[in-house]
Amino acid sequence: MLLIPCPFCGPRAEIEFRCGGEAHIVRPADPATLDDAQWADHLYFRRNPKGVHHERWWHVHGCRRWFHLTRDTVSDRILAVYPVGSRSPLASREDER
Amino acid sequence: MSPARRLPQGGRIDRRRRLRFTFDGRSFEGHPGDTLASALLANDVLLVARSFKYHRPRGIFSAGQEEPSALVQLERPGGRRDPNLRATRQELFDGLIAYSQNRWPTLRVDVAALNDRLAPLFPAGFYYKTFMWPRWAWKALYEPSIRRMAGLGQAPTEPDPDRYEHRFAHCDLLVAGAGAAGLVAALVAVRAGLRVIVAEDDVAIGGWLLGEGSARVRLDGERPDLWLAQVRAELEAAPKCRLLCRTTVFGCYDHNFVALLERVADHLPEPPAGLPRQRLWKVRARQVLLATGTLERPIAFPGNDRPGVMLAGAAATYLHRFAVLAGQEVVLFGNHDGIYAIARDLRWAGARVTLVDSRQRPAPRLVDELRDLGCEVRTASVVVGTGGRLRLQQVHLTTRARAQETTGLPEVIPADLLLVSGGHNPDLALFAQARGRLVWEEARGIFLPGEAPWPVRVAGGANGCPTVAAAFADALRVAREIVIDLGRTPPSVPLPLVEEPGAAAIEPLWRVPMPKPRQRAKAFVDLQDDVTVKDLELAIREGYGAIEHLKRYTTTGMGTDQGKTGNVVALGLAAETQGTSVPELGYTTFRQPYLPVPFGAVVGPHRGRLFDPVRLPPSHAWAERQGAVFEPVGQWRRARYFPRTGETMEQAIAREARTVRQACGLMDASTLGKIDVRGPDAAEFLNRLYTNDWKRLAIGRCRYGLLLRDDGMVLDDGVGARLGDHHFHLTTTTGGAARVLAWFEEWLQTEWPHLRVYLTSVTEQWAAFALSGPQAREVLRPLVEGVDLSPQAFPHMSVREGRVAGVPARLFRISFTGELGFEINVPAGYGAYVWERLVEAGEPHGLVVYGTETMHLLRAEKGYIVIGQETDGTVSPIDLGMEWLIARGKGDFLGSRSLARPEMRRPDRKQLVGLLPRDPAMVLDEGAQIVEDPTASPPAPTLGHVTSSYASPNLGRTFALALVAGGRSRIGQQLYVTRLEGPPVAVEVTAPVFWDPEGKRLHA
Repeated sequence: MLLIPCPFCGPRAEIEFRCGGEAHIVRPADPATLDDAQWADHLYFRRNPKGVHHERWWHVHGCRRWFHLTRDTVSDRILAVYPVGSRSPLASREDER
Repeated sequence: MSPARRLPQGGRIDRRRRLRFTFDGRSFEGHPGDTLASALLANDVLLVARSFKYHRPRGIFSAGQEEPSALVQLERPGGRRDPNLRATRQELFDGLIAYSQNRWPTLRVDVAALNDRLAPLFPAGFYYKTFMWPRWAWKALYEPSIRRMAGLGQAPTEPDPDRYEHRFAHCDLLVAGAGAAGLVAALVAVRAGLRVIVAEDDVAIGGWLLGEGSARVRLDGERPDLWLAQVRAELEAAPKCRLLCRTTVFGCYDHNFVALLERVADHLPEPPAGLPRQRLWKVRARQVLLATGTLERPIAFPGNDRPGVMLAGAAATYLHRFAVLAGQEVVLFGNHDGIYAIARDLRWAGARVTLVDSRQRPAPRLVDELRDLGCEVRTASVVVGTGGRLRLQQVHLTTRARAQETTGLPEVIPADLLLVSGGHNPDLALFAQARGRLVWEEARGIFLPGEAPWPVRVAGGANGCPTVAAAFADALRVAREIVIDLGRTPPSVPLPLVEEPGAAAIEPLWRVPMPKPRQRAKAFVDLQDDVTVKDLELAIREGYGAIEHLKRYTTTGMGTDQGKTGNVVALGLAAETQGTSVPELGYTTFRQPYLPVPFGAVVGPHRGRLFDPVRLPPSHAWAERQGAVFEPVGQWRRARYFPRTGETMEQAIAREARTVRQACGLMDASTLGKIDVRGPDAAEFLNRLYTNDWKRLAIGRCRYGLLLRDDGMVLDDGVGARLGDHHFHLTTTTGGAARVLAWFEEWLQTEWPHLRVYLTSVTEQWAAFALSGPQAREVLRPLVEGVDLSPQAFPHMSVREGRVAGVPARLFRISFTGELGFEINVPAGYGAYVWERLVEAGEPHGLVVYGTETMHLLRAEKGYIVIGQETDGTVSPIDLGMEWLIARGKGDFLGSRSLARPEMRRPDRKQLVGLLPRDPAMVLDEGAQIVEDPTASPPAPTLGHVTSSYASPNLGRTFALALVAGGRSRIGQQLYVTRLEGPPVAVEVTAPVFWDPEGKRLHA
């Protein structure tokens, strides 16, 4: 069970959290202008990297705040924690899409 | 009289006290300090089990938790029954009752031992190859008989009377294993002022120093006991140290989350008052040190499983710790120097010893020393077979060279104990669980710890240290690293001077190499799963050479012992057979738990009433007094119906449902989720979430709202009311309350954080009572202050604030029955009071209190959907015929883009319709499939399924709701609905509204 450093509460056990999947998927401002393929890409397609992954977490049984963290999916080491709406200190250009 | 094999002195047993116990009904005696295994051995009981597959006689193979063979069942008072316990780890207590397992009728005469003769019929992958056809026979025939034959112990039949605790703990350092290395590391950490937990599986600290080491090692010139006593005293006195014996670290999880099982009372007939039987510790450690030592491994040769064949180190443990000489005529077979000392000890204890060393040239000093003691020593020799029926009687020896020849008989010598040692593997299961990498060392044929992703370290024997001195030094070094990592100064910890034999030289040997024609008897690799060398070879020939395939195809290492003794042998063998190396082959995943953990410990206190919280609505106590029947709805307990004396469920529901439509009814709807939404952007926020337009909702008005996921499918529904410019009250389904609030919060926080909106769950703050039926207004009128109830002043879908029975209330004119309805919301603390006032006020008007069952029936008559019943995550509002709820021109909202896909308008999508069975008394099964052709044999294409089905007293017939492909275009058609028993029945497809389609009653 991961030990997740909630930016608001400090380190807490994983059972207090819910993972919200890949971070930085911005809902298009005007979905009506997207064709079906683009919309499907937004809705369903996610990266599944072996290695560094930026993801959303929710401290559901705690402060109920969403935040982002960067995790190595191989070692499960947590590399960074950062607020919603900001970039990971470890973000590479490839991560921004 | 002392038992046959007990020595007159020595050992860590208390000879002054005798403990009586029985095994398979026979009575024996042992002493405090004994394990069941040592006591059985002392009494010359060698046959203790039958093997899993072939039902071969098995004995005691080890002296520790790694035991593959000696699994027994314990029976204790009060229906306590524990199957599959290791006799080698079960402490003896007075009155212990143990049984052997997996045999019938008795251990000595086991009918299923026939399997052994039929072994050629049970090759590797037997189950995959054999029980394939005919398909029906698996459930009816094969599985039941396999389960009878291939079993371990029996599951208990009585509820477990014991208590199990869960405890959480945090520490700076968790030390797994209190042997030489673990203790030194613990001392360093304790003296550095760290919070330390030391967990030791055994009953006392010391590890190897308690048994064989006690004879082999001197610390500062003394037996190790003295040093152990000092360490124990220091650790126990240290305020920040917790020393836990009888405690196994069974799981190393992510980020140093470590699970421990403490056997608080397993060494007693039953737990003392106030104590649990076992305690499960959940520890979060900043640093973990694994000082788990080594496990001895066997060598595969034919007949290596007979009772009387044992690991060499185990015999040393029985000798030194339990004062049991496990045999008089002993053959010791191995490939390293360590067996010479054991041979010497056994000789001194009075046994005749023949030592068989597979190596060409062991150190002459060792050989000479043994020969001087009167032992026979054979070098470059191997054991090629064993003889004896239920116990070992002979050992077959030959030279390595002659073993390779296809002819020639081996030498047969009498023996009652054959000791085997193929070397010692660092026990790295926990390290691998923590995702540490294992690195192969070719010279000794062992895995050593490599890198770990977080602070998990290994020291001592588990780190490959061959001697106590090396383990001390290693532990000191690693503990200092830990102390420095945690920002402390390493203290000075003087170590005792160690006198001990040097490191043992070894030449790895996985099996005795023999040509095919000589391999008649089985050579076992995994004793618990009955996997032989031949099975591995066959699996490799059949293409299952990859290590994960090999494991599953042969089941090697898949027993309750997880292959602790045999796995490395299997690996070495598999690599050898395939002409590759162990590092190339890799190793299988080590999984938690390290040792079997009883379900009771896993469940802990979370059973019965503590399994899950129960939530009760305000009317619960009243409903209980009325004799209501309850049902669980998520965590809620809701009244399902209120039977009168002598009424069946059907009769009660028919009465309730009829009365609501003819007079009026009252139901507790407090379980509905309620969310208070406030803020200047509340309307904008709701507009983005719901299909409806909330900006155009007037203050004091309500709206039925539909929530979609962004893929266009229905997520939840409920009623929203506008209480102010910036203030809304939203309801959700009972089951969806938490989900919907989460949904709101997620969008607000992550996508639209600039919207000024505040969300508060008020589900438990408001009691909500649904009063509906033609008389509802008359029932309510005398109780209400400050609200004009007339249809003009208070129309359908509006909200008013006032008082009900003197209590501040919100009144919603909404309805889930299709009748004139009011939902009375009062602060939950007044709920029970207001409820009873409503019931009293209703009496003169014929009011009935109804439950969830009637609620479902009434809403279905009206064609109102229930989320999760008419929807399943693949149903859109278009499918439900609810397009009228999708606001035009308000712009984008969640799900809107997806609803615009052409796919969503495909005419053959499943659509909500009604069904009227041709037989008006036929109640369709919910979930039943709908087909066009009743005669088609399966698999026939299905058009959809029944979502809700009821017998309606108001319609005087049965009806159903269903999702049917192209359903709306099929209205008027005849289709068929399958049944569990009997042929499909004919139904007519109708519109999904059966009651008051114009809604006149609603607006009354």
